[in-house]
Amino acid sequence: MSRAGNRMLRAGGGLRAALLLAPALAVIVLLFGGGLVDALLQSLGWLPAAGLRGLSLDAYRNLLGDPGFLHALLLTVYVASTATAIATVLSVAIALRLRSSRSRWLLPVLQIPLTMPYLLAAAAVALLLAQSGLVARIAGALGFIDEPRDFPPLINDPWAVGIIFTYVWKEVPFVTLIVLASLRSVTDELEQAARTLGATPRQVLMHVTLPRIVPAVLIAAFLVFAFTFGAFEVPLLLGETWPQTLPVLAWNEYRSIDLADRPAAMAIAIVIALITGLLAAALLRLSKRWGKWGHS
Amino acid sequence: MGTFLIFRQRMGTFLIFRRKIRNVPILLVAVFTLAPLVPVALWSISGEWRFPELWPQAWSLRGFRHLLESATFVGALTDSLWIAAAVAVTSIAVALPAGMAIGGRHFRMKGLVLLIVLLPILVPPLAATLGIHEVFIRLGLADTATGVFLVHLIPAVPYATLILAAAFAGRSGDAESAARTLGAGPIQTFVHVTLPQAAPAIAVAALLAFLISWSQYILTVVIGGGSVITVAVLLFSAATGDDPVIIAALGVVFALPPFVALLITLRLIAARASGISRADTARWTPA
Repeated sequence: MSRAGNRMLRAGGGLRAALLLAPALAVIVLLFGGGLVDALLQSLGWLPAAGLRGLSLDAYRNLLGDPGFLHALLLTVYVASTATAIATVLSVAIALRLRSSRSRWLLPVLQIPLTMPYLLAAAAVALLLAQSGLVARIAGALGFIDEPRDFPPLINDPWAVGIIFTYVWKEVPFVTLIVLASLRSVTDELEQAARTLGATPRQVLMHVTLPRIVPAVLIAAFLVFAFTFGAFEVPLLLGETWPQTLPVLAWNEYRSIDLADRPAAMAIAIVIALITGLLAAALLRLSKRWGKWGHS
Repeated sequence: MGTFLIFRQRMGTFLIFRRKIRNVPILLVAVFTLAPLVPVALWSISGEWRFPELWPQAWSLRGFRHLLESATFVGALTDSLWIAAAVAVTSIAVALPAGMAIGGRHFRMKGLVLLIVLLPILVPPLAATLGIHEVFIRLGLADTATGVFLVHLIPAVPYATLILAAAFAGRSGDAESAARTLGAGPIQTFVHVTLPQAAPAIAVAALLAFLISWSQYILTVVIGGGSVITVAVLLFSAATGDDPVIIAALGVVFALPPFVALLITLRLIAARASGISRADTARWTPA
């Protein structure tokens, strides 16, 4: 009797939760899920509005043989991993430094890039790093260069310096704040105990402090990589015309007047979603193992 | 006495100098953080700034005047603000109940629900937007502000939901139980107990949803075609041109709402609890 009552209560609770969740889930499932399914169908060649009614993997097969796609994939991986690596290392160093420092003014300053749109960051970095930008002017004032064209191209350049700089600028505050939050879980007592037992500051750092923040650092790095992999505005503005990153390539194929290019554009978009989705799955699995998700 | 004062002054400068040296890495980080914003600020009000010069030769408000006199800009500003406001209000309307359920209740398949909410954050919404464009064309939503508002919900709703879920997860629900015991109905309890207590989190979530919409470029361009012009769209086309004054003036306008929002959020967090460290803001801010 009481068990049945309990079950009824639980069913009622579940119904109420379902009702509360319905609007948000509807928005996400319809717009995001529906859009994704639609993109998948179009990548398989299903677009009745344009008279395309085939279902095949041709678009994906063509991508694999397309040097433009392979270059784009390489460039995208290069940009995302370089930006992630630099941002992560810098952020850990900054967070460790900030923890032992008494100056509190840097934290609010550090949050400025966090709130700035990527498009603004890209436009700002262009004004900073272009051949007539502020850095080039400083080089000129110091007598290193005479003319703008003497300054190495850092925008629309083959090494994607401008893109990577923009991402590092945007992501360092994000990763630093996450690392700082996780550093608070490293208790002073633990570090002091290690020091009392004769550990050098370096040993304390390597064997006590760093191991405890590894999960948070990896999660932050994962998020940064997945984001920079699929982001669009920065490479469109600061990238070369060839090769392009995957999102830019997808967009350009999509804008093509020839509707026959549509499946290719959708296939690239699906590849981006697939790669970031797999990374997300790995991230969720890892974070579950660390038990971080439960109390965040 | 005089020499002593001079000595103390010298000692003072010496000590400040030493402290500054110790702070060099922190100063470098601050310089790196502010560096890209400096040319935006300077260019936006410069009248003439020839190449090797580090400082503009002449100041002028030409950029801002040009913007204010342009009907396109005024229209873009109004559209941006309206769309962002609608996204903020709608996001809260759907995320508040969801956040209450996720944060405050136990139910089966919560993991799955969280996964669905997280997906649009972890997987870039480009593919979904390209895919849904075709449906929007058929529904007559393409090239309309309504369509743009709808796709902006894709990134905004998940962030708003997570923030509100985190806020409700930290609450015991004791205040609500007390109110119910004292005879308040569910709606009264919600309006007079839950809402006021969740107000700061709602404000932060609304601000974030507003900013997410305000910052969008690609989703706006895909769904809005060339018909829906926002400040982001104007900034992008300016940035591909070659007038730094206009780029910078648009940049200042584009940066203003996030900057103000940051100030408000810092205030809110500082006011909320002195015991909570600033580092907690990591939870409230997007990637």
